Amino acid sequence: MSITVNGKSVPWVKGETVTALLTRMKYTFPLVVVKINNNVISKKEFATTAIPNGADVAVIHMISGG
Amino acid sequence: MKKTDMVKKKLKGSSVGIAGAGGLGSNAAIALARVGVGRLVIVDFDIVEKSNLDRQYYFLDQVGKQKVDALKETIKQINPKITVETHSVKLKPGTMSSLFCDVDVVIEALDSAEIKTAFIEEILSKLPHTPLIAASGVAGYGHCDRIHTIHSGNLHLCYDEQARSSDKDILTAPRVALMANWEANLALEILLGDL
Repeated sequence: MSITVNGKSVPWVKGETVTALLTRMKYTFPLVVVKINNNVISKKEFATTAIPNGADVAVIHMISGG
Repeated sequence: MKKTDMVKKKLKGSSVGIAGAGGLGSNAAIALARVGVGRLVIVDFDIVEKSNLDRQYYFLDQVGKQKVDALKETIKQINPKITVETHSVKLKPGTMSSLFCDVDVVIEALDSAEIKTAFIEEILSKLPHTPLIAASGVAGYGHCDRIHTIHSGNLHLCYDEQARSSDKDILTAPRVALMANWEANLALEILLGDL
């Protein structure tokens, strides 16, 4: 029962939302793009989207500059 | 057919959309024009300012012009055969994908983290079959070796997660052009495949 977050294996927590996972991983970046199993999750869905067991989660930190 | 001719032919029939014509977008557009991408769709609402000239592909005599017009003018001086479609509009969440419906690859070349995030979310969800190239961590100088590419499905990100925000660090010509050309190079990789 685990998930992969940015290539790292971490335990799966039943019902854990994207917001809760970001807190658990201590990802405090203000702006991130989150993908679960390659599907992009919009910021407004972070608090309501639960991470499924076995999920591959990508958290990408967006930094200003261009 | 020789490889040079195959590449030329393939790129001539290709199109790339570029969101933003600042440091990333202007430099990426020039690289793609030089290599011969047949059609470029460039979107930016801003005008050229003197302060842009330290890193963006504009010239003193273009100050005051719309960035998209100035960039088109420069591209035409490099290769008049390239179709340059310009949109002088500000990208607003909810309608950002509409100008990029018919391009082969989209390049995110925006400035603030907020708009980058919104753009990536929107393109990935509304144009799920269009490859998207983005950049994060452009500010600063040096540290070439921290820059790498993340491939996640249709998102291809030129990334330095240790870079600071441009609000807290400077934007410099070499690093901005490096990331811009990195994005353009990723576009070629996608357009050409294993040709």
